[in-house]
Amino acid sequence: MSVVADLTDINQASAAAHARSIGDVVLSVQNISLSFGGVRALTNISFEVREHEILAIIGPNGAGKSSMLNVINGFYHPQEGKIIHKGVERSRMRPHEAARRGIARTFQNIALFKGMSALDNIMTGRNTMMKSNILAQALYFGPAKKEEMEHRAFCEHIIDFLEIEAVRKTPVGRLPYGMQKRVELGRALAAQPDILLLDEPMAGMNVEEKEDMCRFILDVNNEFGTTMVLIEHDMGVVMDISDRVVVLDYGRKLADGTPDAVRANQEVIDAYLGVGH
Amino acid sequence: MAGPLTSTREMDTLPKLLKHHAQVRPNHPAMREKDYGIWQTWSWSQVHDEIMAFAAGLSALGFQRGDTLAIVGDNRPQLYWAMAAAQTLGGTPIPVYQDSVAKEMAFVLQHAEVKFAVVENQEQVDKLSEIMPDCPALKTLIYKDHRGLRDYTMDFLHAYDAVQETGRAFMKEKPGFLDAEIAKGKGSDLGVMLYTSGTTGQPKGVMLSFDNILITARNNAEMEGLGPDEDVLAYLPMAWVGDNIFSMGQAYVCGFTVNCPENGETVLTDMRELGPTYFFAPPRIYENILTTVMIRMEDAASWKRKMFAYFMDVAKRVGTRILDGKPVSGMDRLKYAIGNMMVYAPLKNVLGFSRIRLAYTAGEAIGPEIFSFYRSLGMNIKQIYGSTEASVFICVQPNGEVYADTVGKPAPDVQIRLADNGEVQFKSPGVFQAYFKEPQKTADEKTEDGWVHTGDAGIFDENGHLKIIDRAKDVGHLNNGSIFPPKYVENKLKFFPYVKEAVAFGDQRDAVTCFINIDIEAVGNWAERKGLAYSGFQDLAARPEVYDLLLDCVNKVNEDLAVHPMLSSCQIHRFLILHKELDADDGELTRTRKVRRRFIAERYADQIEALYDGRENVYVSTEVTFEDGRKGTVSADLRIRDAKVHKVDEPLRKAS
Repeated sequence: MSVVADLTDINQASAAAHARSIGDVVLSVQNISLSFGGVRALTNISFEVREHEILAIIGPNGAGKSSMLNVINGFYHPQEGKIIHKGVERSRMRPHEAARRGIARTFQNIALFKGMSALDNIMTGRNTMMKSNILAQALYFGPAKKEEMEHRAFCEHIIDFLEIEAVRKTPVGRLPYGMQKRVELGRALAAQPDILLLDEPMAGMNVEEKEDMCRFILDVNNEFGTTMVLIEHDMGVVMDISDRVVVLDYGRKLADGTPDAVRANQEVIDAYLGVGH
Repeated sequence: MAGPLTSTREMDTLPKLLKHHAQVRPNHPAMREKDYGIWQTWSWSQVHDEIMAFAAGLSALGFQRGDTLAIVGDNRPQLYWAMAAAQTLGGTPIPVYQDSVAKEMAFVLQHAEVKFAVVENQEQVDKLSEIMPDCPALKTLIYKDHRGLRDYTMDFLHAYDAVQETGRAFMKEKPGFLDAEIAKGKGSDLGVMLYTSGTTGQPKGVMLSFDNILITARNNAEMEGLGPDEDVLAYLPMAWVGDNIFSMGQAYVCGFTVNCPENGETVLTDMRELGPTYFFAPPRIYENILTTVMIRMEDAASWKRKMFAYFMDVAKRVGTRILDGKPVSGMDRLKYAIGNMMVYAPLKNVLGFSRIRLAYTAGEAIGPEIFSFYRSLGMNIKQIYGSTEASVFICVQPNGEVYADTVGKPAPDVQIRLADNGEVQFKSPGVFQAYFKEPQKTADEKTEDGWVHTGDAGIFDENGHLKIIDRAKDVGHLNNGSIFPPKYVENKLKFFPYVKEAVAFGDQRDAVTCFINIDIEAVGNWAERKGLAYSGFQDLAARPEVYDLLLDCVNKVNEDLAVHPMLSSCQIHRFLILHKELDADDGELTRTRKVRRRFIAERYADQIEALYDGRENVYVSTEVTFEDGRKGTVSADLRIRDAKVHKVDEPLRKAS
């Protein structure tokens, strides 16, 4: 099936899902513990991610948020616990396997190819879907050519979606920070993920860039029905856009619930504001 | 006059022209839009079908002859089609500035009693839904872009493609309907209504008939030899009269191709890919492009810089002459040809100017060096003078007669007269019908016999070219009766980098005098090179050396002024250099940095007197407002200098 047909499928699928009715559990994290030598990064963490929802993971520095994403992503392998993704229990999985199974992510420190254009960076997001062999791709010949054109068409839809037409051909290293973040989101979207992991998508942005990014996150969720797990420090953002919030502190889970519930939770308030001793 | 466009002469409305092109050149590209990274093309017959489908859909939604349809959005094919669709049904499209704030937009929609609006995307849908309660007539909103609008369930919202779908069904039901509607249209019908903001007061709806638009468009196209093979880039606001002429009127008269860029930020890239043949841009854009070129040249390798400098020098010397068809020696032609191969052609290619046959600029004065840069590269850039009330063209520079400081000769069929105060008035086939629902304002601007006031003061130079010198209301008279346009004199001074601001006096006086504000950076730089020590602005401004420097500038301005018989009395007799910068915080300038003459005349009354009573210096003490809001006083003893004035009866001839 061609990629463009894929795209129409997605559009139809999202049309069905657009009411954003939160569905069943797609990812279940059960009793995860992770340590590096004597340092316990995560202790017995469990939570669930449901289809089409935006789940935020918050917590002070060193709470284990990024470690949690790395575990889901298959970058770290927890010593204990298990992850069930789409009903299949995963044991030791590599990041590229995770990508192939529909989990894409962005990074806290932008991890793009600085010398490549925005378009080429986004194209790399489709790498796992390219079927033709490396020689045919290098020679840009026959089916490889057709395939590349289809992938390019898909990427152009993402470029249109993220409104980065003006920088399509600009080397990413020359772009401002906020734009790079957007390109990185584009690359993650190019993989057509079911679950998108966003590691501090708004860190270091000014208010306007943050507003843009929020809008894109909501739009992606709305249009494509993508499930999202994001780490964010800006409480305003978190409370505004997420359906559910998981709070971590020192590797432990403090709370898990709607933004309002979390905001009212005494333990969370203590962790964030400190307690008098 | 039988021009090359005679074949389209009997088509007196845009929809009739549309049908004509769909028959005559069905496969010729009519419209392109860069979308998803690719230029998508629609031929004239496709465009015709799209417009008809939309028109039928509009009709099914209840759009009737005489209704108005607002258009809000970027330059998009669908929005242009919506305009033509409204015209097909005998309605009037009203393109609105999409970035205007909700209040302004509400005013226009209310005033024009808009019933339908076609908008580009969610942003505009939100904005219009918000102001809908204030616009009781507005009942239907049609959007082009679906994105983000899935959850919108309002009854008054319709998708553009859904309207077209309805239209296609409607056409099957009533096959001859649209043709009959088109046949009902005539040249005197209202073609479009454009709201101009003006500088004061509420926007006015300028009503232009099909005749206004099409005759003006055709006249200009014939004068410039435009044909169906032109490519224009539609990137300026659709609500601006120029876009209505370049991207609608002339495209429909000539049958050429209108290209819509991907979005506002990609215009320069898109232009490079496309290479338009016919192009309009305000001076600011030409200036920005030139600056970018110069900055990038400075980073180039030294041999490239040298080559660029050498050939640009050649171009400066002979490029314009070659373009104007004047004699140039064989050697210079050869050098220019090599330069073209090495520098000019590649440069134009990078800028997207390779295929330009005709480029226009207007709006404000273009710097002479910017103007000659492009002309010397062989690009036929010309100045025009126009207004919304004229359907753009009042004056155009004819080929071979292009000057940086004029706006050209009256365009075909345009008559121009100068009023006593120098005001330019014109009469032409493009003269607007009226301001919508504003008979008083119409009468103020347009005489019974069709002459329109521009509000600009102008003079004709010895070549018969019009020069715009000032706003007419600012033009005064010297005691000897000759006109005195202060801004013209001031602008001449401000062309010198050392002069930041100037204020000229002379209305009801015997002679012209002026205040000058030095540009601290330029003069400071100059002082540094000269090894001149100074302690601050006031000290530097009072230096005799600086006075000498500025005297040179004033003398040069006087030389220029002396050449022109109408302006030779405006030579500057005496001047002084102000001790402080004119400042908006002190009320001396407006926030947009225009001189507030009356305020300055009151505040500096004694200093102005001193310029006329022969005093050598004058004491000044002014209250200033500091940035933190505190007030203080600055005082100084200002010197006054006499400038060299040329006798009027022995006019100086320009060396060129």
